[in-house]
Amino acid sequence: MSTPPLLTIEGLTKAYPGVVANDHVSFTIGTGEVHALLGENGAGKSTLVKMIYGLVKPDSGRMTLRGAPYEPAEPRAARADGIAMVFQHFSLFDALNVAENIALGMENPPPLRDLAARIREVSETYGLPLDPFRTVGDLSAGERQRVEIIRCLLQDPKLLIMDEPTSVLTPQEVQILFQTLRKLKSEGTSILYISHKLEEIRALCDHATILRLGKNVGECIPAETSARDMAELMVGTALKTPERGVREFGDVALDISGLSVPAPSAFGTALKNVHLTVRRGEILGIGGVAGNGQDELLSVMSGEVTCARDAVKFDGAPIGHMGPTARRALGVLTAPEERLGHAAAPDMSLTENALLTGSVREGLERNGFLKWGATRAFAEKIIQAFDVRTPGPDNAARSLSGGNLQKFVIGREVLQRPEVLVVNQPTWGVDAAAAASIRQALLDLAAGGAAVICISQDLDELMEISDNFAALNEGRLSAPRPTAELTVDEIGLMMGGAHGMEVAHV
Amino acid sequence: MIRLEKRPQPSRAWSMATPLVAVLATMVMGGLLFATLGKNPVEAIRTIFWEPVFGEFAFYYRPQLLVKGAPLVLIAIGLSLGFRAGIWNIGAEGQYIIGALTGAGVGLAFYPMESWIIFPLMVLAGAFGGWAWAMIPAVLKTRFGTNEILVSLMLVYVAEQFLASMSLGLLKNPEGFGFPGSRNLQQYASAHNGEIIAGSGMHWGVVAALIAVIFAYILLNRHMLGYHIRLTGEAPRAAKFAGVKPARLVLFCLGTSGALAGLAGLFEVSGPSGQVSIDFNVGYGFTAIIVAFLGRLHPVGILLAGALMALTYIGGDIAQGNLGLPSAAIQVFQGMLLFFLLAFDLLTNYRIKLGTEGAL
Repeated sequence: MSTPPLLTIEGLTKAYPGVVANDHVSFTIGTGEVHALLGENGAGKSTLVKMIYGLVKPDSGRMTLRGAPYEPAEPRAARADGIAMVFQHFSLFDALNVAENIALGMENPPPLRDLAARIREVSETYGLPLDPFRTVGDLSAGERQRVEIIRCLLQDPKLLIMDEPTSVLTPQEVQILFQTLRKLKSEGTSILYISHKLEEIRALCDHATILRLGKNVGECIPAETSARDMAELMVGTALKTPERGVREFGDVALDISGLSVPAPSAFGTALKNVHLTVRRGEILGIGGVAGNGQDELLSVMSGEVTCARDAVKFDGAPIGHMGPTARRALGVLTAPEERLGHAAAPDMSLTENALLTGSVREGLERNGFLKWGATRAFAEKIIQAFDVRTPGPDNAARSLSGGNLQKFVIGREVLQRPEVLVVNQPTWGVDAAAAASIRQALLDLAAGGAAVICISQDLDELMEISDNFAALNEGRLSAPRPTAELTVDEIGLMMGGAHGMEVAHV
Repeated sequence: MIRLEKRPQPSRAWSMATPLVAVLATMVMGGLLFATLGKNPVEAIRTIFWEPVFGEFAFYYRPQLLVKGAPLVLIAIGLSLGFRAGIWNIGAEGQYIIGALTGAGVGLAFYPMESWIIFPLMVLAGAFGGWAWAMIPAVLKTRFGTNEILVSLMLVYVAEQFLASMSLGLLKNPEGFGFPGSRNLQQYASAHNGEIIAGSGMHWGVVAALIAVIFAYILLNRHMLGYHIRLTGEAPRAAKFAGVKPARLVLFCLGTSGALAGLAGLFEVSGPSGQVSIDFNVGYGFTAIIVAFLGRLHPVGILLAGALMALTYIGGDIAQGNLGLPSAAIQVFQGMLLFFLLAFDLLTNYRIKLGTEGAL
């Protein structure tokens, strides 16, 4: 591309205690260019954009914006220079409406009525319809993202940074977002697009910079590079695809019928008339945008939330009324999404965390007295079998990286020989190699005759390992269908389509 | 600029060192306080920390350490179980009073019969009284979701009124010439919690406190229930995931701390204090909260903290008597101890970094 450079980055370096997050990273973003920043979790993408946005100061290196040196001291300075950012995690107040939320982020907010008019104007120009007076708590994830995007667009930015914007969207919503971004690009706005989803980058971006372990390991033009080549640049080694093998389905192991559970909190999701069955040897994938009842469904299966006896059956026997301990004794095991604080206690050692779910099936207690020796041995077994990188089982759970702790949490359940295993977001925040090994472990478990339910927001993952696919949308579960027969469009519709969002025709 | 950086995991060294550092800082700042009051700070600190144990009249003060320390440790051990699980019994003072009343009441009901069975019955009654009083906030919390902090605290004042009514009415000594207060249990052999070894200050309450320390240690380190208590305090959601029933834990923790506080009250009323009187309670139930935290909610730590607290009490009394320090200054001094402990506690989980590097 021959566009004049908007932002040039040269030799940016940032070190944190024990880790170099960015090591002499250099690249250039042209005016009106969509530039992808590609890398695995922990590759240093977030640190890099935080430096551009003025949240973090680089240790060394230079940034040049439109030919002038650029050293933002704080996000306000970055915004003043025309740089805006949409974060992966939204900073919105549930109880306020859209216009109030946007006003809160402004230096000198105009009267709400004028602001609402401007929000309408911007939202229609860019194909992002949004009612300024709706309460944010009632919006879908995609609509919340629109609030954040419009908040940025009101500043008339020259460079828009988007951090993993599609992780909360259905495929249809992704298409709408891409149309908006293309329109922005056509008006000369540059976009720095952060993702690890290769197909999206190939569809949208003009240039890609690939980061690995904080270093710039390559640049490419995504449209001319295969997804596989980009993946191998990103990971650094040849990728191994998990082996599916051929599996025989046995009897129904877990049977949920007519399950309805009220929402646990004001902005939680109620489960509405959920039906599902999973057979031995089968992997059922459950997709859906975050916040559509995934946590609630898992807690009904783990026994944290109990329900009518007959609503949940294991091998034909009712278990809906049983708590987590009784279900574990039967072999119904679960691994929740939130690692710190739910699946594991952050300040406790790995040994103590091994006891958390392992006491029943691994026989780690006798008459209530704990067998620390056996517990420690179990923790060591998990660490070894799942390649958890840690100095030893005496280390606190919070000292592990997210991916390593995830391996520990999944390994803890897999090694207890479950009859039914339910996992929520099993590879979230895990690097590609570890994710592949976790998926392989789930496949092996199913091959060994266990029934596996994998709740995930990563559609690629579900397509890769699941035999049947269902989607959660506002607490309702679609009827499961064989994964091999599904198209991306159909999956998107099962996930709720565009959630009532539509493109404004400009 | 100074900023705090979270440690990847809690520092074991700081966790052990903070109580010592806090005591040292309290000595320094307390010394400054005493100096501004016109007293010799070295002399004052020496009087508080040295005099009771090694001074001229130590033969009198040393037994006092046990007498003061035992109820503090006994109550604090009970409280620490709940505090570990995030269950806040602030009303140990009330449970202490009720335990003393029920225990003494059982003893006085037998008067003047003499039998070996009376004292064990009083012990049971004392523990039951404290347990029952603590069950009020426990049941209200598990049934109706009330806040146990408020309910247990308010019940202290109810218990105080109850104490006054008892010492003026039902339990009043019929041969006491109309003065408020019960018969003196020290003069009723079957109900007297006397010294086990004469002159040592060692009474049954001290024994009970030591047993409580050992039981709490085993419970927390070797038993599933203790593990569940710790897990609930550290990560309530993970505890629920592990299968802990929160209501059961609330009943256990409040009940146990109530029973231990009731025991402390019974041992006090039948021993060192001797009679039920309007001003029988002297705040052990509240001070035990400080002792529990000073001991880092660890059984052995609480044992040491109870000893230290008893020391500052007795040393403070001596300093008031010998040096003329105002009692408020002694209370400030004790307050400082808790303040510094909590402040230095931060260093267990955070380290201090100097400079503006990387600050937001």
